[in-house]
Amino acid sequence: MPLLKDGKEITDIWTFVDDEAELSPGGCFTVSLGRFLSEQDMLLARNEDVGVRLGPADDPELLKPVLDRLNLIEVEFPKYTDGRGYSIANLLRRRFGYEGELRAVGEVLRDQLGFMERAGFDQVLMQAADAEAKYAAATSEFTEVYQANADDRATIFERRHGAREQ
Amino acid sequence: MYRYDQFDEQLVRERAAQFRGQVERRLSGELKEDHFKPLRLQNGVYLQLHAYMLRVAIPYGQLSSRKMRQLAMIADTYDKGYGHFTTRQNIQYNWVALKNIPDVLDKLADVEMHAIQTSGNCIRNTTSDHLAGANADELEDPRPWCEIIRQWSTIHPEFAFLPRKFKIAVTAAAPDRAAIKVHDIGLLMKPNANGEVGFEVFVGGGLGRTPHVGVSVRDWVSKGELLSYLEAIMRVYNRFGRRDNKFKARIKILVNETGPEEFTRLVEEEFAAQGPKEKVVLPDEEVARIMAYFAPPEFEDLPEVSQAFEREKARNEGFARWARINLRAHRTPGYASVHISLKPQGVAPGDATGEQMRVMADLAEQYGMDDVRVAHEQDIVLPHVKMDDLPAVYAKLVEHRLATANAGLITDLIACPGLDYCNLANARSISVANDIQAEFADADFEEEIGKLHVNISGCINACGHHHVGHIGVLGVDKKGEEFYQITLGGRADEKAAIGDIAGPGLRHEEVRPAFRRVIDKYLEVRNGKSETFIEVLERLGQEPFKEALYASA
Ligand code: SF4
Repeated sequence: MPLLKDGKEITDIWTFVDDEAELSPGGCFTVSLGRFLSEQDMLLARNEDVGVRLGPADDPELLKPVLDRLNLIEVEFPKYTDGRGYSIANLLRRRFGYEGELRAVGEVLRDQLGFMERAGFDQVLMQAADAEAKYAAATSEFTEVYQANADDRATIFERRHGAREQ
Repeated sequence: MYRYDQFDEQLVRERAAQFRGQVERRLSGELKEDHFKPLRLQNGVYLQLHAYMLRVAIPYGQLSSRKMRQLAMIADTYDKGYGHFTTRQNIQYNWVALKNIPDVLDKLADVEMHAIQTSGNCIRNTTSDHLAGANADELEDPRPWCEIIRQWSTIHPEFAFLPRKFKIAVTAAAPDRAAIKVHDIGLLMKPNANGEVGFEVFVGGGLGRTPHVGVSVRDWVSKGELLSYLEAIMRVYNRFGRRDNKFKARIKILVNETGPEEFTRLVEEEFAAQGPKEKVVLPDEEVARIMAYFAPPEFEDLPEVSQAFEREKARNEGFARWARINLRAHRTPGYASVHISLKPQGVAPGDATGEQMRVMADLAEQYGMDDVRVAHEQDIVLPHVKMDDLPAVYAKLVEHRLATANAGLITDLIACPGLDYCNLANARSISVANDIQAEFADADFEEEIGKLHVNISGCINACGHHHVGHIGVLGVDKKGEEFYQITLGGRADEKAAIGDIAGPGLRHEEVRPAFRRVIDKYLEVRNGKSETFIEVLERLGQEPFKEALYASA
């Protein structure tokens, strides 16, 4: 499955580790929010790269105290029609100021990439061939937008009155 | 009327181009129906019983003659020569080929229209009072705020995949003609203690399987904070609304299962937590820019009484009746708002032919300050017509079967397409509507009965708003046979209420005589003509009417 960062394919160095599975001593891995919260001290003390995978019903606020120590947060879209991940991304980026990597995983399809980019996902794990081209096409469909989002673009409401394009 | 600037135009064009690409990928097989479905729905495309259906947005119900003519052209070129006006100020075309839809969207864009978010689990067309800007009883014009909400909700990046559809309605008049309390969010413009106009916010109204009247979650929010407040509600719903069961996914269920107080607390908490960078920025100049499009047209100084109008009334009985029934008072002396009924005998309620649409466009252009509205009762309204011109308008309407004098009366009923078109239907609606219209075909008798709203749905999805009809009719399927459940006492106005089911369902052919018995009972027990059906029902309760309904033997 291709992994894109800012629209370019990169090698995935991260592994998601199931709640039941043992953590291997090295490498970069993500765990569920539940596991992270219960093993937080140990996990953060390992000094390895650690990330968290949020399910759609998870409360991202629980990560607020440790956001600057996380290098990756994955947000799961169990189905592409489940839009909770967009609110989670907005909370992380715009309310809690998370600046690390934010990755959409699950059912990530071409026609939702524009929404994901706007919500602040810099990475998407896609189920498609030709991912880079699809990403480029999907994220350039709209020149202007009516709403602000994590991508910080000036809105049409503002642009009409002199705000510069971002 | 609002005009697109380059930003609106570009966005609507880009959206049409985006959908054209999606349709191409669908037709080539690259995009599976499963993945295409939400995309087509968000562009107004349904797969119906016989064909694709396209639903086009008429934001807050307002059209110009140019737009109406384009709708007529689309009806003639891409459909079978007619269109269907819906209860949510949209128009539907029932016979459009999928491959033609991108072209239709381009044609709509040519006249500053679109089909964006007229379906799907997203924020739908914002609706409003069809008499906005014309009636005497409104606080101020709600349409600028509808337009602001339209823009804010269009392709909203956070709220495109909600648990379920989401409908917003706005009114600024005490008599609620926009049915705001049966919307997911209803906004009532009103002043606060200092006289500053803002909005009372109702949430969780809706019909369907589990009807609810919306509850007030905020007594007042300022204009400047309206969109930020809406975002708080939307986020609470997007995060916590149920997604495990489609029938429990509307916000009304969240409000009810959480409890209105707890729900309100969640919204207020979310609203309070918004940082300065999360607030929706709506510059004052932008509000002023949009408001300017809705400045009142230049009305002439006219005498209160129009001689031409009075003369025609005295001489033409048909005109006099139509004037009594289909005109609404205008705030400016010498003007009236005209209801054009799309409910003549024997037609699917809300249908208009391409030719009729052109006639209405011509009338709006010639006599109506180029303004046409779609009312949620599935009728068309010319909001600003000089009384002096009414005889000419009427004559033209008569020629095209548009002069039915029944606005607000029993045969001006709301009905969904039902089994004739809809693949979710349990029963026919149009034929029941036509039966009832036939029973009350006598115009004198109908006028004698007075104000009465009949609403008919072909299944529990309630597109015909049966719950809020004074008399509601719901089609159900019992072992392959159509039955009709009657509800009594619903209303969609400022006293919004859900009707009560009167008893067991009736067979198709029993509905018409049962209606007659109920009406005869009403005429028998009312305290004179001024006491309307719904008022009698409130005074006496359901019992006498139930008895009449089932007194067939
Ligand atoms: S109420 Fe039912 S039958 Fe009527 S249009 Fe809606 S879904 Fe179809």
